[in-house]
Amino acid sequence: MKKLATIAVAGAMAASPALADLVFPDLSYRTGPYAAGGIPFSDGYQDYFTLMNERDGGIGGVPARVIECETAYNTERGVECYESTKGEGALVYQPLSTGITYQLIPRATADGIPLHTMGYGRTSASNGDVFSHVFNYPANYWDAASVIINQLLEENDGSLEGKSIALLYHNSAYGREPIRTLETLSEMHGFELSQIAVDHPGQEQGNQWLQIRRERPDYVVMWGWGVMNQVAVQEAINTRFPMENFIGNWWAGADHDVEQAGADAAGYRALNMNRLGDMPVFAEIQEHVIDAGLAAGDGTNLGNVLYTRGMYAAMLAVEAARTAQEIHGTADIDASMMRDGMESLVVTNERMEELGMPGVGPEFTVTCEDHGGSGMAIMQQWDGEQWVTLTDFIAPDESVIQPLVMEDSAQYAAENNISSQCNES
Amino acid sequence: MFYREAGDFKTSYAEDNQTFPIAFDRYRYYFVLFVGLAIVPFVINDYWASAILIPFLIYAIAAIGLNILTGYCGQVSLGTGGFMAVGAYTSYKLMTAFPWMDMVTITLLSGVMTAMVGVMFGLPSLRIKGFYLAVATLAAQFFLVWLFNKVPWFYNYSASGQINAPERFLFGQAVTGPNAEAWVKYLFCFTLLFLLAWAARNLTRGSLGRQWMAIRDMDIAAEIIGVNPLRAKLSAFAVSSFYVGIAGALLFTVYLGAVEVGEAYGIQKSFLVLFMIIIGGLGSLFGSFAGAAFMVLLPVALKVILVDTMGWDTALATHFQFVIVGFLIMFFLIVEPHGLARLWALLKEKLRLWPFPH
Repeated sequence: MKKLATIAVAGAMAASPALADLVFPDLSYRTGPYAAGGIPFSDGYQDYFTLMNERDGGIGGVPARVIECETAYNTERGVECYESTKGEGALVYQPLSTGITYQLIPRATADGIPLHTMGYGRTSASNGDVFSHVFNYPANYWDAASVIINQLLEENDGSLEGKSIALLYHNSAYGREPIRTLETLSEMHGFELSQIAVDHPGQEQGNQWLQIRRERPDYVVMWGWGVMNQVAVQEAINTRFPMENFIGNWWAGADHDVEQAGADAAGYRALNMNRLGDMPVFAEIQEHVIDAGLAAGDGTNLGNVLYTRGMYAAMLAVEAARTAQEIHGTADIDASMMRDGMESLVVTNERMEELGMPGVGPEFTVTCEDHGGSGMAIMQQWDGEQWVTLTDFIAPDESVIQPLVMEDSAQYAAENNISSQCNES
Repeated sequence: MFYREAGDFKTSYAEDNQTFPIAFDRYRYYFVLFVGLAIVPFVINDYWASAILIPFLIYAIAAIGLNILTGYCGQVSLGTGGFMAVGAYTSYKLMTAFPWMDMVTITLLSGVMTAMVGVMFGLPSLRIKGFYLAVATLAAQFFLVWLFNKVPWFYNYSASGQINAPERFLFGQAVTGPNAEAWVKYLFCFTLLFLLAWAARNLTRGSLGRQWMAIRDMDIAAEIIGVNPLRAKLSAFAVSSFYVGIAGALLFTVYLGAVEVGEAYGIQKSFLVLFMIIIGGLGSLFGSFAGAAFMVLLPVALKVILVDTMGWDTALATHFQFVIVGFLIMFFLIVEPHGLARLWALLKEKLRLWPFPH
């Protein structure tokens, strides 16, 4: 009775892959209140695979195929997208949504398909000993929280004693992620933390900013996404909050978040996990993809913050696929081989330079235990016209984060009866 | 020709009062049950289960629930999403607090809990009607979502505020969790839907259902002929919330597995279920099924047609879907306020006379 006969009748699945190809589903969102962030990321993600196909003839000689599926940042549609694409031989999923990530962690693990949640999703998934199929390199939310505090510590001569920091967060799993770390850090460094939630989709922030105006915190740290960012930046300008003390995380620091406010938003800072600026790879994308009329979007996003991040995500996926091809000695890899590739991924400065994107991210090595990468991020600032990189990659305080990761992942392992993955093999 | 009543003689009251008095209808009903129970479980795969059938079964339960309240008793409710959240969070608390409890008990208790909450929010309906009641239930929607976000006890103090359904078994088969087989989840939802729909059918044609309909058609007249409005309205709220709570619990435990209250049980969910019964047909069980099927299938069908077959841009297809749903709601409200159920009834009427309409 365990194995009931299953036949694929779905018309949706009728299109069977022609020959060997490497399938990278792109669960994008080009509609809804989060589309502003979803579009450039998806463009960058798809364009890099197109570049691989057009310039290099695929990855290790096998063409990459990107299946785009619109989720509208909605978890139910995300599940539908996952189920409809996994049968096509999907190698890795990048849903770009913490909510969908939480859905997919158990499903993808059961199906043996790796998830790459770059700088989002479940933070404690960086413990590869428990989360065998989830990777969140190069950095996660708790790293981000720690990096922001480290940067503030540096600016305040090593002490945040008596300072007050307000966390303005999207009232969802995504926005709540950093709270635990910030609470620990606030005890450690003696700053006062207040939490201000903004409900989905984030267009209404009058009360929140009234509270900020009343409390006058020294810093406001924002965990925002989508339309919430633009509104928050505008509200900060309206309440005359000093912009240089307003710091977003890496999902609250894209061009479209501040462009509308323009010069008024000058001084606003945000984290970034990938470097900005002109890179040789953009010229190649322009030549091989956009000028050839193969771009996923209209090509105007090329080189902006989230486009670069999408491209960076695709680069990491391609590098992992290459690593997998080397390990298993076959060009036509499947999802489990891809997982091995991701787990053995080594990103070095030389390799990034070779790929035409020097220093786009930090150097890191993935191991069976550590799926989280280095956790480093840079701080960037909006000068009124463009984002300017302020710092080099700043390291988080691993002594704070690692125990939290261990605690949370151990709890997950206990709830779901997961035994240690790394010591067996 | 198809619906021939000639020769179909009833010799007892029971036969005369059965749900499907026409033989052809009855056979069709048995046929659907047979396909649903004996064929679908053997051919179902993950895609069909997760994308189409399980959401359809769950939303059908929710639509029946809302239809009892809005369609049969005439009390407009915009709190469906909030009540579904009550069901989901009850089952989450039960699953984590009592790991030995089986899924049927958990699901039913979630329904009972939601029924109690529903009655509490139904109390204002004794004083207020129409738009004002809609606003009161809207307040319930926002209050409940806020509550589940605000009080960490509801999500067991997890860092993200998400709730995750642990693996639970029924007759040795996993019903929830990632390792649950598609056919188990399907059969679990199918059985519950069958039992609930059967109960709803018999409730609505019994004395309680007649009281609800009397209140709906004219509450003063109903009171004069001896219907107790307190009892009728609150029982409608209780039964409706019971159904909605079970749907919310299943949506979380069986279908999604991990839920964030604002996103999964927000105001959009209330509207979605309301659209289901408007398009399907107010005051009709068949309408609840038709509406749920329509609203679940439409996005998938549009995706298959527009994106996979015609190669449209995914964003354009999604925007187009809003246009189509909006247009259909307007169309039904203007042309056929009784929804798909009425169209179905008209079709049956035509078939009954065909090929000699006069």
